[in-house]
Amino acid sequence: MSKLHASATQPSSGYRYVYGPCATVFQATKTGTWRTHRPVVNQELCNRCSKCARYCPSDLFSMDRKDRSVPVTIDMEYCKGCGICAEVCPLKAIEMVPERSVR
Amino acid sequence: MSVRKLLDGNGAAAEAMRLARVQVVSAYPITPQSPLAERLADYVADGSLKAKYIRVESEHTAMSAAVGAQLTGVRTGTATSSVGLALMHEVLGLASGCRVPIVMPVVNRSLVSPWSLWCDHQDTMAERDSGWIQLYVENCQEVLDTVLMAYRLAEDPRVLTPTMVCMDGFFLSHTSEAVIVPDQAEVDAFLPPYKKQNMYLDVEDPMFVNDLTPPGDFTEMRWQQKVGFDNALTVLEEVQEEFARRFGRRYHILDAYRCEDAEVVLVAMGSMSGTAKYVVNQLREQGKRVGVLRIVCFRPFPVEQLREVLRNVPVVGVMDRTAGLGAEVGPVCTEVRAALSCSDTPHRVVGFMGGLAGRDLSPAIMRKVFNQLLDIAAGAPAPTAMQWVDVRPDAMEIREVKQRV
Repeated sequence: MSKLHASATQPSSGYRYVYGPCATVFQATKTGTWRTHRPVVNQELCNRCSKCARYCPSDLFSMDRKDRSVPVTIDMEYCKGCGICAEVCPLKAIEMVPERSVR
Repeated sequence: MSVRKLLDGNGAAAEAMRLARVQVVSAYPITPQSPLAERLADYVADGSLKAKYIRVESEHTAMSAAVGAQLTGVRTGTATSSVGLALMHEVLGLASGCRVPIVMPVVNRSLVSPWSLWCDHQDTMAERDSGWIQLYVENCQEVLDTVLMAYRLAEDPRVLTPTMVCMDGFFLSHTSEAVIVPDQAEVDAFLPPYKKQNMYLDVEDPMFVNDLTPPGDFTEMRWQQKVGFDNALTVLEEVQEEFARRFGRRYHILDAYRCEDAEVVLVAMGSMSGTAKYVVNQLREQGKRVGVLRIVCFRPFPVEQLREVLRNVPVVGVMDRTAGLGAEVGPVCTEVRAALSCSDTPHRVVGFMGGLAGRDLSPAIMRKVFNQLLDIAAGAPAPTAMQWVDVRPDAMEIREVKQRV
């Protein structure tokens, strides 16, 4: 029992070994790949009330509330397709369209 | 200057935690640990312990808060017992897996059901694979000394493993003894302030702690924990040696009592060991070659040391203080049998079970056990199944209930 175990090599300069689960690379998973349905905004019908933006759990909506010529956009890299925006839209201006299907 | 104080096990543990200068306490009271949690609250209230006391709503939160606090770089204190330990179960694995070296006194009490407040070892035995070091103590002085040593052991960078100090409920937690309480300066020299190491929460040096780990890394992180356990016995011996040098009280991983020439040795843990030693002294006076081997460090299990002590002992008894339902023998006996199965000398290992939920393991019970072991040494057959030494013969008829009352 006299043998003590340790790391076999030295870490690089400016680095150290940490034991157990940890990470120092801060990166969000691209949750857009989870999506089965995508929200599609009817830009003509939408009055830019921004209720969808306030309810989006991932805060993915961009719009200009004063200029309706700027389209409403959604960051589709992270949109999981939960459909909350379509549910809360007072004008029913967001439709959930199935991915991988032709409409 | 050290002082002698009349302390029970709870009081001794609280004194040790104050001497260790824990900075955050998150404890939830549970019989028989409550006086420990209350005493720590008193220390914080009277200013003799400079700590934040978090009044949590459960043991699950007590351990969660302790882990979070310690990750910010402070020594934390918590303690529990029985179903409280069971409620912590999930978070115990968080502490050990993230290598957060928390020291926790556990006051041993049975688990439900039947509901009971009294001592046996089922609570900590149920956590024997949770990745915590487990030390079992015999008296109140050892409670105080072992809690102090446990900080050094757990926090050692070669170990980084949380540690339970297990004391028998009521037999130790509520029984007063004259305990030598060392001077704060002596303890400070032995146990320097806590320094954050390995994983921590620091806005200046951020890291994401306890992220999802893929199958490609999980085994390696368990291996890292195994290395910590491998190192723990050597480090514990170093710490015990330094403790003896500084404080004059010497402890060992295994406490072998009159085992040198013994033909029969009873393996015991916790407060029952004192009774076993008392009976050994009586039997020695009658010329019987008997001894007691008290396991102090149960996790990691000191297999090599145990084999060495028992090398020339043909008959070994093991007293479990938990029923080990569904197994041939109790958990301690299972470990002893496994260790001795690789021994180069033959042994007969007999499992005994008694002292559940506060039932006294009296000298009469210990004599009965030693006499059976001596009979086996003289040629009587050795039973393979566990011997329930104190079960009443009317066990199946104790509740005769009137129908449709």
